[in-house]
Amino acid sequence: MAARRLGAQTGSKIVDRLFVAVLFAAAIVFLAIIAGLAIELTRGSLLSLKTFGFRFLWTSEWNPITNIFGALPLIYGTIISSLIAIVLAGVFGIFAAIFLADFAPRALARPLSFIIELLAAVPSVVFGLWGLFVLAPAMRTVIDPALQKVFGFLPIFSGPSYGVGLLTAGVVLALMIVPTVTAFSRDVIATIPVDQREASMSLGATRWETMMKVVVPAARAGIFGAVILALGRALGETIATTMVIGNRPEIAVSLFAPSYTLASVIANEFTEATTDVYLSSLVELGLLLLIVSIIVNGAARMLMWSVFRGARSAR
Amino acid sequence: MIEAAARQASLETRELNAYYGEHCAIADVTLEFRPLAITALIGPSGCGKTTLLRTLNRIHEVIPYARVTGQVLLDGEDVYDQGVDPTALRRRIGMVFQRPNPFPTLSIAENVAAGLSRQMRGARRREIVERALRAVGLLDEVADRLRSSPLMLSGGQQQRLCIARALAVDPEVLLMDEPTSSLDPISAANVEELITQLSGRYTIVIVTHNMQQAARVSDVTAFMLADEDGPGRVVESNETTQIFFHPRDQRTEDYISGRFG
Amino acid sequence: MRSYRSRRIAGAAGIFWSFACAFVAAASLLLILGYIVVKGGGALNWQFITQLPRPVGITGGGVANGILGSIITVGIATLIAAPIGVMTGLYLALFARGGFAESVRFLSDVLSGIPSIAIGLFAYSLLVQPFKHFSALSASFAFAVLMLPLLIRTSEEAVRSVPRTILEGALALGMTTFRSTLRIVLPVAWPSIMTGLLLSIARVAGETAPLLFTAFGSQFWELNPTNPMAELALQVFTYAISPYRDWQSQAWGGALLLVMAVFALNILARLLLKSRVSVLR
Repeated sequence: MAARRLGAQTGSKIVDRLFVAVLFAAAIVFLAIIAGLAIELTRGSLLSLKTFGFRFLWTSEWNPITNIFGALPLIYGTIISSLIAIVLAGVFGIFAAIFLADFAPRALARPLSFIIELLAAVPSVVFGLWGLFVLAPAMRTVIDPALQKVFGFLPIFSGPSYGVGLLTAGVVLALMIVPTVTAFSRDVIATIPVDQREASMSLGATRWETMMKVVVPAARAGIFGAVILALGRALGETIATTMVIGNRPEIAVSLFAPSYTLASVIANEFTEATTDVYLSSLVELGLLLLIVSIIVNGAARMLMWSVFRGARSAR
Repeated sequence: MIEAAARQASLETRELNAYYGEHCAIADVTLEFRPLAITALIGPSGCGKTTLLRTLNRIHEVIPYARVTGQVLLDGEDVYDQGVDPTALRRRIGMVFQRPNPFPTLSIAENVAAGLSRQMRGARRREIVERALRAVGLLDEVADRLRSSPLMLSGGQQQRLCIARALAVDPEVLLMDEPTSSLDPISAANVEELITQLSGRYTIVIVTHNMQQAARVSDVTAFMLADEDGPGRVVESNETTQIFFHPRDQRTEDYISGRFG
Repeated sequence: MRSYRSRRIAGAAGIFWSFACAFVAAASLLLILGYIVVKGGGALNWQFITQLPRPVGITGGGVANGILGSIITVGIATLIAAPIGVMTGLYLALFARGGFAESVRFLSDVLSGIPSIAIGLFAYSLLVQPFKHFSALSASFAFAVLMLPLLIRTSEEAVRSVPRTILEGALALGMTTFRSTLRIVLPVAWPSIMTGLLLSIARVAGETAPLLFTAFGSQFWELNPTNPMAELALQVFTYAISPYRDWQSQAWGGALLLVMAVFALNILARLLLKSRVSVLR
């Protein structure tokens, strides 16, 4: 038998070192892509940043003809449409999550969850198509007039309705983000240990009271995180919004009015941008979206993680 | 493999300490493992016997932040030396785990051959697989389904498969981490009998929390103990008959007679 | 303390309200799907799937070049993203420690929330602007970036879920970590990794925003990825906002195709996931 010295074979050491190195290189490539994203967007915005500075954020004029660009109308449209979306999606999504987590019989919970998750898979342009040809006419002919009849004294429901506008965009966005709210909230609620529920019920609380007074408050941070995560999605949504928001860079009080969002304006005008400043302003809007989504996502993840970690240590 | 003359490999540790990060799991372990005999490591849970076992074939260092100080000498060479290739070491020191761990996506025959060099092909490979399966008493039971999945086998059969897999590589030392504790009594007895048969051909180190098993199977027994939050140490090590009938240390006697553990 | 009876009624009402919310959410999907199937089904015919678009204003024609273009673009994106994503996931599962691993995971999560239009801008400035040329390749790059977070996360989880004792069993036989991972661990994790791959393909199959200034679209057949290329999602968008009835109905047809593709991928992914469970006892 040949001598089997331990130090003899170094071939396998090289193989393993190479293996780690290649995998590490992949991770570095990934990091480089993220860095590249931040760098390129910043570079592209430089001209606009130099020209307008921080005034960009509160200038209310977006005028390609005079080359004066201000993001305020776009920020307004983005915020209002997203706000409508998370109010609607929050209410429906959280209660749907409550139902699916604890109250739905098994036979019902699975298919319902599955259908709601499929909603998340529907492409944005399909939502936009449906919103444009089905929802918008319905809003214009039925829903908006009804709202105006009942709530017309409120300025947000004043003025004519064209079908496309802030409210319609908000509803479409709500449909798009409700799966996010539902899925993440349901996961967070499920993390709350069973013994907390059992303790509450053994004190005489009904199942509903247990849910609303014990479980949901315990999961509060995580549910909030889920809503914030959904908000992040709504803020960056482009195509569906573009198709139903009316594309008018003006600030109006009424929710029936057409509006414009940060993402929509990039989508609509990027290929038409004639001057360097125009292009740079559009890229700066992209940079703004990037920064906002990083902050919103970071906050959402931290909130949700705090609940997961808390539940784990409680076990 | 079985037919070839058994090779005596001397295995010993010198002042071995093992750490998980900052936590010291075993300290000052100096033990000689008698060649071609069965040495049992016994002691209460948490005494470090499994950790000690895993330092012998350097599987311990697979856990992140795990490390070792001191020496483990195989035929006089420290296995923790700079130039040593752990994969070569593990071909000389094989391991059988507490729960049978056949590779799920390989067939029974492929499992047994898993550790063989890729250069080994065809007839030679088949021959080794058959010999290994015969050595563990599995060949008759699985001869007609060598290509099927090992997950169809019973727990006892799977563990014997894992032993065959370890033997196919032709090691000098066999490490066994509580090899029967997850098996039903009949399978456990079968595997125990197999281990006794293997003695005399391999140096075997077996961790067990079953004292009767240690008494039945081993030639030498080492008793380990860890104080409150302290590292595990070897309290005493001797011929099995001596440990069980004339223990030198009071703590050994307490453990043997069931006063704790 | 309210009477037990009134508390129970309140509870029942609450549960019913929750059910109603779940029902509305699910029903709205079915409603939208219903419209797509009905209106899109009408536009789906052999001509639609096999012909090129007709010039503006002329009825007829199809989206064949868009279907082909989308397949090519997503295919190239997968070729770019899969190695990077799966290998990064492997690295996180097998070798990464402490701060570095946490940072990569955190950044991957953050990337998954960045609007696709911002990533489109990135692809534009990297691959379109310097060459003054739209291309399917730049679109593939944008898609690849969108696919990475999901690929990384699912690959890491897939490898982590393989019991440690299997990896240790392989190492204990004297196999290198490389061979243990490749021959023993990866085959067990493979169905889960494939699931992640399918889901990430589904994620980008319907993406439109980045395409607006990367692939840009085309009226003709195109096989060269360095040229602008027709994309189905882009055609749906362009036709939908156009004033032509015929194009609008074609938009529904294209939307139906997109939905079918995305749902098929999702369902395939789920089936694959179910098959994995039977491999591990």
